Amino acid sequence: MTSKPSLATPSRTAEDAPRLRIGEWIIENLIRLAGLSTIVIIGLIFLFLLREGGPAFLDIPLRQLFGTRWYPIEGIYGLAPLLVGSLLVTVGAVIIAVPLGLITAIYLGEIAPPWQREILKPLIEMLAGIPSIVLGFLGWVALAPLIQNAGAATGLTAFTGAVILAYMSLPTIISISEDALYAVPKEYRDGALAIGATQWQTIWRVVLPAARSGIVIAVMLGIGRAIGETMAVMMVTGNAANIPAFGSGMIFEPVRTMTATIAAEMGEVAQGSLHYNTLFGIGIVLFVITFAINSLAGRIVGTRGARRSGGKL
Amino acid sequence: MTQAKISIQNLYYTYEDGIEALRDISVDIPPNEIFVLFGPARSGKSTLLRLLNRLSDLDDGLAQGAVYFNGQDVFTRSMNVSDLRRRISMVFAIPTPLPGSIYDNLTYGLKMAGIREKGELDRRVEQSLKQSALWDEVKDRLGSSAFALSGGQKQRLCLARSLALEPDVVVLDNPTSGLDPISTATVEESLYSLKERYTIIMVPHSVQQAARVADRAGFLLDGELVEVGKADKLFVQPQDQRTEDYITGRFG
Repeated sequence: MTSKPSLATPSRTAEDAPRLRIGEWIIENLIRLAGLSTIVIIGLIFLFLLREGGPAFLDIPLRQLFGTRWYPIEGIYGLAPLLVGSLLVTVGAVIIAVPLGLITAIYLGEIAPPWQREILKPLIEMLAGIPSIVLGFLGWVALAPLIQNAGAATGLTAFTGAVILAYMSLPTIISISEDALYAVPKEYRDGALAIGATQWQTIWRVVLPAARSGIVIAVMLGIGRAIGETMAVMMVTGNAANIPAFGSGMIFEPVRTMTATIAAEMGEVAQGSLHYNTLFGIGIVLFVITFAINSLAGRIVGTRGARRSGGKL
Repeated sequence: MTQAKISIQNLYYTYEDGIEALRDISVDIPPNEIFVLFGPARSGKSTLLRLLNRLSDLDDGLAQGAVYFNGQDVFTRSMNVSDLRRRISMVFAIPTPLPGSIYDNLTYGLKMAGIREKGELDRRVEQSLKQSALWDEVKDRLGSSAFALSGGQKQRLCLARSLALEPDVVVLDNPTSGLDPISTATVEESLYSLKERYTIIMVPHSVQQAARVADRAGFLLDGELVEVGKADKLFVQPQDQRTEDYITGRFG
């Protein structure tokens, strides 16, 4: 009795199978090819970076490599000033962009009436479309004089770079965290309001915690955008490869970032020289930092996601 | 006659697109009773419930008429909406545990109301969990995530969360929609014991449930309150033909 349907089912699929299977096979393998090619290309890039930049880590004594002097002409390659420069600019940008971006996202997603949202969202997306060089230009012409007038020795400082970078990463932070807020079910808001929460209490205690993983992704992508940016930063940070004196004023000193160093010096370097290798070495350092940020984001989001789905079951 | 806990007078509600959701609703709901509001889907039951504690503020629509709570008009500008929602507390069809532990869920509302003293929080948590018949199941794991509870437990948690506020009125919008018969019975039993302290307004899951739990009932059809009466009369000898048709299962 049970054998009849079990026989009938396979025979039907076997009949339809050949035509179906060729199409399936082609599509499946196209997808596989696309996926694998990405992995292969990333692998090749990393190998290339290692080949070109690796010698720097072997040939330069470690003490010099992490030293505070970057004088390629004299053959002294200390990465510390560049690391500090990148760090100052990026951290500054994050400190400006994250609160501003989050507040904007909350306003857009939770408070703004629909007509304002319809105006603001395209505007913010347009901000993402402004070429970085244009923003750099703006920083050079408009922001730098302001900062100089405010009392800094020069307008081209880490702070100028941080502001420009903040505005570059804002669209990313805003639109991704707004998506995260939007994904929070309406029932949460109803539930909170129904027990007497005010709108702000609902946002702070219920909506934001529920959207936390999406917001973490938004922030991490914003940082990723900031740390890798080159042109705009090169234009407005003053390009001085020295470590500013430690203190509260250090953000108003000229600095030079890792990315700017590569861009500025790559054109004039002899291929295969130690200087050339060192520039690629900087590339490796950047790669490692971005990779670390991304995997940190993945881990934060991953554990929370797992906990939540585990909870549902 | 005692004063009505909630008195609705000539209430109209129109959606943004011009569709009339409620038409000339007038009804008095006396204290310490279970008032059941039943009718077919989309007849305006949830809309009416959301007007009572002004959750309707979130929706795009226009209310006309008046709702009095303890003799006070809830639509006046000076009404403190958060305070109103603490006193007319609401439980939804889909349980809405908030992110956080069981204990957190029960104390959210209290903390927002400014109650922070640990002893008082603990007392309210225990009392509300006992009232909603959940205490024995969760008393040893108040710190674990509210999402880990079963559907029926989540719904009772939401009931407890409302009760923890020690409201005047508990409004329940189809609180047993996703529950199995045993959990449904548990929730219904807790409702019975609660009416001594609270006024309960409820949209039931079915006519049968309405007849089981109601002291007084109102039949809502296409935004119109067709008939209101004591449950033992309304479900046995309805005055209106439409009510009788609905109760006996001729439509809906």
